[in-house]
Amino acid sequence: MTNIIFTEDEWTKALQGISDSYKVFAPVKDGDFHTFKPMNATKAPDFDFQNTRLSAKALIYPQSERMFEYSVDERASDASIVRETPKDYSPKAIVGIRPCDAHGFSIVRPNFDNQEYRDPWWVQSFESTVLVGLGCNQPCSTCFCASVGGGPFNKDVLDVLIYDLGANFMVTGLTEKGETFLTKVKGGKAADDESIKQAEALATEAAKMSKADVPTDKLRDKVINDLFAAPFWQDVGFACLNCGTCTYLCPTCWCFDIQDEVLGKQGDRIRNWDSCMFPLFTLHGSGHNPRDQKFQRVRQRFMHKLKYYVDKYQDGVQCSGCGRCVRYCPVNIDIRQVAELMNNY
Amino acid sequence: MKALIKDIMAPAVCVIQKFRKETQDTFTLELSPPEEGFSFSPGQFNMLYMYGIGEVPISISGDPADTGRIIHTIRAYGAVTSRMMTLKKQEMIGVRGPFGTHWPIEDLVGRDILLVAGGIGIAPLRPVLFHILSNRTRYGKVLLLYGERTPGDLIFRNQIESWRGRFDLELEVTVDSAREGWRGNVGVVTTLMPRIVLDPSNTAAMLCGPEIMMHYTIQELTKKGLRDDQIYISMERNMRCGIGLCGHCQLGPTFVCKDGPVFLLSKVRHLFRKREL
Repeated sequence: MTNIIFTEDEWTKALQGISDSYKVFAPVKDGDFHTFKPMNATKAPDFDFQNTRLSAKALIYPQSERMFEYSVDERASDASIVRETPKDYSPKAIVGIRPCDAHGFSIVRPNFDNQEYRDPWWVQSFESTVLVGLGCNQPCSTCFCASVGGGPFNKDVLDVLIYDLGANFMVTGLTEKGETFLTKVKGGKAADDESIKQAEALATEAAKMSKADVPTDKLRDKVINDLFAAPFWQDVGFACLNCGTCTYLCPTCWCFDIQDEVLGKQGDRIRNWDSCMFPLFTLHGSGHNPRDQKFQRVRQRFMHKLKYYVDKYQDGVQCSGCGRCVRYCPVNIDIRQVAELMNNY
Repeated sequence: MKALIKDIMAPAVCVIQKFRKETQDTFTLELSPPEEGFSFSPGQFNMLYMYGIGEVPISISGDPADTGRIIHTIRAYGAVTSRMMTLKKQEMIGVRGPFGTHWPIEDLVGRDILLVAGGIGIAPLRPVLFHILSNRTRYGKVLLLYGERTPGDLIFRNQIESWRGRFDLELEVTVDSAREGWRGNVGVVTTLMPRIVLDPSNTAAMLCGPEIMMHYTIQELTKKGLRDDQIYISMERNMRCGIGLCGHCQLGPTFVCKDGPVFLLSKVRHLFRKREL
């Protein structure tokens, strides 16, 4: 396990120095928020943030991804031949990702990579990525990672972990992929015992601050139909606008739509993120819609995350506790309260 | 070995060998199978793809023993199926599949078979009839009940008339509203129920049609003494990927495209007719 100490400037330079080996994405201040952007010489990354407004989901699983392309020119020799759109899976690094967002990828993984099917695009994109996480010294008011199997310095899915020691960063390799990444990073000095102790203390302190107070322990034992018929769904969904913000911000929502786009003679088959909050999600060609009321769609979202997923994978809830849906919901629907309602029903 | 969805997601190009208009809004496509061949079990569906327009799940309506053709009978409802109705012989269409579960015809050898179809629901049941009629001695009494909107909407009319002439197949057709000249039954498909005779200990029922039609049919069958583990239903949901990844067809904990469309009723009784699921 390599531990290296960098000052913030050294770290920024070091990241800029590995552009030959990795495409580096790092948080950049963008107005009032932070977003992941490809590193370049002009805009320095900023590691002073609670969390990025959007999760890093799109870097592995693009919001809109071209799967196939074809020619719609009937006279062309390749008419009606569907080709896979060329894709770039050269190594990339997501630097500064929070442990909850990294945990999100492991929650999503069984959908794209399981006994029966392997989505080559998601898997290749994930496997070519080094996750360089940034531990959370100060968990924010809306996050609850410790309640859902994570933690502010959770190393489970990360390849490298950064400790923000105030004056310096301590960067720790966690996996082979991470160690390889660190061999390419130039500069810094080996961490002394004192820094390692300081880092451990930070992690212990943060763990104390993140209380596991969102109950999910009894969800597995509930009967689906009981939860489904519970009286609280109308209340939970009453204020919902079905705007879909929660699903787009969520690092663990994976539903997608497939659409065709034709421009000139070129056709593309594209998959886009979709949202169960939208009425069109379930609309049949005949006009029949099995989930035509908004509270039914709100219920679907929570039942999927907190019950169906739990039953299917037997590995916790489909939530990494990042708290974005709580923070950005325009009508203050709070998944922590819903989890409590369901767990205690 | 894991299947790569890249291969499952890319449609194979098939040429339309025959286009037959069945009724004013329903048509049958006969496709030449892709080079690597094609076989399916009754009740399964394909994703049919119109380049630049979109893709829809359509059940296969042909004979499972006939591997030389892929046959789909389609009612034009939405944007994609309406455009499909303008297709012509020799034009191309994309095909992915077959997907989903099938009617368990092999497990039902020796049993009496009741098929109940509502509207275009006759299409996924037709392969069952083809199979049974080719293996007629292996099954007991066979009965088909078919309900349609009007006499003009009856699909496979010639075939149904020739089947009516058989002594080894009982067949009843009814329409919701009749026109002049119709001498058959009028009423929803459940109105045929009181007059049919079933052996509840040995009958297996397969239902396909709108959920409301299956709901009332199940009530009638329960009255006749059939248990939920003797009734198979075929469900419908909006679908995109066909392999349980995209989330659209989720019905509670199941995915209709992968765990269905054909379900044993006793397995999904708790999910069925919950409109909002």
